Amino acid sequence: MLYDLGYFALLIAFILAVYSAAAGVFGAQTKRLQFVESARNAALVVFVLLTLCVLIVIYGLAMLDFNVAYVADVSSRAMSLFLRVTALWGGQQGSLLFWAWMMSGFAAAVMIRKWRRDRELMPYVIFVTMGTLAFFIGLTLFISNPFARLWHDPLTDEIVTALWPPKGMMVFTPQDGQGLNPLLRHFGMIGHPPTTYVGFTGFVIPFAFAIAALITGKAGEDEWIRTTRRWTLVAWLFLSIGLVLGGRWAYDVLGWGGYWGWDPIENAMLMPWLTGTAFLHSVMIQEKRGMLKVWNIVLIILTYSLSIFGTFITRTGVVGSVHAFSKSAMGPSFLIFVAVTFLGSLALMFKRLDTLKSDHELDSLLSRESAFLLQNLLFLGITFAVFWGTIFPMISELVTGTKITVGPPFFKQVTGPLFAALVLLMGIGPLFAWRKQATAKLGKSLLIPFAGSAIVTIIAAFAHWPRHPFPLALFGLWLVSLAALTTLFEFWRGARARMQSQGENFFVALGHLMWRNRRRYGGYIIHLGVAMMALGVVGDEFFKAETQGTVGVGESLAVENYTLRFNGLRQYPGSDGREIVEASASLYRDGEFVMTLKPRRDFFVTQQQPVTVPAVYSTPGADVYVLLVGWEDIGRDASTFKIYVNPLINWVWAGGITFIIGTLIAAWSSLDDKRAASYVIQPVVGQAASLSKV
Amino acid sequence: MTRKIVLSLLAIAASFMAVAVVYAQSGYPTDDDVNRVAKQLYCPVCPNTPLDVCETKACQDWRADIRDKLAAGWTDDQVIEYFVQRYGERVLAEPRRSGFTSFVWFLPIVSVAIGLVVLAQILRGWKAKRRAAVAAPTAQADDIPPEVLQRLEKELKKIS
Amino acid sequence: MEAATQMETVAADERARPHPWMRAGRWIAFLLVAGLIALLAWGVVKANNGPVNSGLAPDFTLTTFDGRAITLSQLRGQVVVVNFWASWCVPCRQEADYLERTWRKYQDRGVVFIGVNWVDTDKEARAFLDEFGITYINGPDFGTRIAQAYRIRGIPETFFVDKTGQLRGMKIGPFAPPELDNRIEELINEQ
Repeated sequence: MLYDLGYFALLIAFILAVYSAAAGVFGAQTKRLQFVESARNAALVVFVLLTLCVLIVIYGLAMLDFNVAYVADVSSRAMSLFLRVTALWGGQQGSLLFWAWMMSGFAAAVMIRKWRRDRELMPYVIFVTMGTLAFFIGLTLFISNPFARLWHDPLTDEIVTALWPPKGMMVFTPQDGQGLNPLLRHFGMIGHPPTTYVGFTGFVIPFAFAIAALITGKAGEDEWIRTTRRWTLVAWLFLSIGLVLGGRWAYDVLGWGGYWGWDPIENAMLMPWLTGTAFLHSVMIQEKRGMLKVWNIVLIILTYSLSIFGTFITRTGVVGSVHAFSKSAMGPSFLIFVAVTFLGSLALMFKRLDTLKSDHELDSLLSRESAFLLQNLLFLGITFAVFWGTIFPMISELVTGTKITVGPPFFKQVTGPLFAALVLLMGIGPLFAWRKQATAKLGKSLLIPFAGSAIVTIIAAFAHWPRHPFPLALFGLWLVSLAALTTLFEFWRGARARMQSQGENFFVALGHLMWRNRRRYGGYIIHLGVAMMALGVVGDEFFKAETQGTVGVGESLAVENYTLRFNGLRQYPGSDGREIVEASASLYRDGEFVMTLKPRRDFFVTQQQPVTVPAVYSTPGADVYVLLVGWEDIGRDASTFKIYVNPLINWVWAGGITFIIGTLIAAWSSLDDKRAASYVIQPVVGQAASLSKV
Repeated sequence: MTRKIVLSLLAIAASFMAVAVVYAQSGYPTDDDVNRVAKQLYCPVCPNTPLDVCETKACQDWRADIRDKLAAGWTDDQVIEYFVQRYGERVLAEPRRSGFTSFVWFLPIVSVAIGLVVLAQILRGWKAKRRAAVAAPTAQADDIPPEVLQRLEKELKKIS
Repeated sequence: MEAATQMETVAADERARPHPWMRAGRWIAFLLVAGLIALLAWGVVKANNGPVNSGLAPDFTLTTFDGRAITLSQLRGQVVVVNFWASWCVPCRQEADYLERTWRKYQDRGVVFIGVNWVDTDKEARAFLDEFGITYINGPDFGTRIAQAYRIRGIPETFFVDKTGQLRGMKIGPFAPPELDNRIEELINEQ
């Protein structure tokens, strides 16, 4: 039967993964290349096998084969084909298989790349990637198997889940499945989990390279860093996309007008991103100045460890969260894996510390090196604050016995100032020269952006003065505009220099400038995207308004300069087996009609779960976000609405898109980049002979 | 089939019961007042859900409780304190700044401060090394081949 | 020139001998990571722990809705049925009638029923009690301390305490006749 085939494919994949890891190490230690080659081939076969497994599960979901326990769990007849396929990652077993499959994809990709100067690292890269993969396949195979089926015991009338037919039981196929949790039946389901998983699993490759470099004693050289940087960029890019998509999805669906809840699992996604960003910047110092080799290893190990930590708490339920999967028995084995990974990498790093010594010299405290280091400190400070806040409830319960909640107010107050400092640094940091920045020159570069940002802030202050005289908000606005203007000014200066020297017009100059320095100007675009997102955050955080009230037909609810007039309510059945109650309301701004909004409340009959679907009026200035909270049960004369006014929120999404475009530009390598060398001139004897190129 | 219909009707009926019974909006406390207090609290049952947005029946009961207490003249703080006594400290959205939980606040702040100090020390140490290296002139500017220097001059002229 | 060679040797020395900070740093790093793992291990154990099932029943004092204070340990010699419930819990409504009937049947035979109202509001709880005509002891679980002591996972959950104060099992979910009667009969007939 098809699912037995799936099980066997999974089993063979597991065996091959274990073999591959072992053969890689064995081949390297005994210098027998054929074992390393064999390990490499095994890794490719594992990917093929896992692809087969994934396809089988998708088939089961598409064909609504309810005999398979997983299919009965996450899909139902009412769900569309599209949703059924995304249900592959809707439950614990399927998502674990999906995770393993993605990791095997990365492993296969790294196997088939050209190994040139880093050939020595390959066996150990295989060891780490396949070893980790073997663990995840093992979890899927032995503990949380998507191919388990349902059996019925005629004697006790019990339904049992098992891989093989238990004695005396018969095949059981329910009429219909449970279906995906209604909150997951959304377009975001197709984007958010896959991109996030690509992000998380992708980090295993740079981690494997770091470990391999440590083991082979080559961690002091630059080669592995260069290779690692590309893979980290890919993983980081996808994680960024995943985070933005997750936020947008939450905003659309969760019904409280927010995009980030500081939930433990959301935090677990954020932390690798933070350290990954620190790594991407810090690597530039190693490339340019040969410094911070130890630190970069620490960062990459930390990034991967945090991603493993994230998936650990998601799947084992040690911290309560809205995102957690249903509990399974994988806690203890997962914990051992976590312990081995963390302690093992730490021990290895300390053992090989001597291979990582670098010459650290600093010309001036006012230099790009210092700026980068300060930035790293800030990122790590934020990571620590988030980490601490996430695990503190556990510590508190352990020590005092009382359960506490560490919620958004904590995270916002503690990380807010740090993020603000980062935004400031992001704006002015690129102005710093390597080695030593002349203060006068810095002042000159900052003059116009500073003046511009001051003007913007003053205008904003007067525009909002009657309603919101928040000094903190204005400070935030000033910071964001300073960062944005400084970055834009860089574009202007660069383009102007080209105009003057090459005689091109502005747009051609700008185009050439960006094309020839993709990494740099892609980076600036990313910074611009961040500034836009920061603007959205400031607007939403400080200037948000809300109101809730009950109104009868024809009556209105008012908030800020908006009025919502209730027109009526109607009820009808919808797709997916839900009953919909929909309100019609007219939105007015400053007395003028804007549009008709239809917030609704869907009730999923099978799951007995209501889902609130907001109606939103979006402009760059603000979102008016309307929810239908309740209605009178006798007649339909009155309804309760909740209205949020979220100023500048769309800048978060626009900024996110800009951010991603910038990353794509920066990551786009070409022959040009490889040839364009950046010379490091160090008046140290001998070094000149081997000028390091980037 | 009939069972399904009956079940769905029951479910719909239940959904109506589960929806908030609407109160006449006659002044204090308005929904906004209730939400102002509910915002500072978390649902004692559902994980990580603020009380003003949680939609379960239990949360609706709690918001009704808040409304009754506000109407009876309790202050915001009194209502919150009552909730903490009744349901435990985990209903507070923000951990207290006293007792053991103060630890959650000051450790991050302290570690960033320590980090800054450590960073300053490290940077100063590097600067000292640099000065020492400069003081011991082992620099050989002639190490750089002249063609490279020429090209450098050209590139620098281009971009400055 | 002297100074230069001196600097070089000092620098070389520094590289050879790990800075004392570094040595301490290693141990601190290991300790922190080990500590984290231990914390996570505790978390895993706690997550997998079910409700208490055996041993001495955790003692508690409940202040009932009528203002009396009842302490579990003072009920030695009687069989005690501790039921966790809430007014917003649908299965609790399903078993409410059966619980009350069984209470009335056994109240003169050395059995005590205690209803622990978990995260509920007074108003709704009292309305629930009125609706089902519940007469046995009921009180709110202040600070959810009792629920935490019994490590309940949800409601309704019912715990059985025998005459010596030992926990003799528990049930997750609502009761249907005759299960509750049977379990009580077992415990009454012991010495």
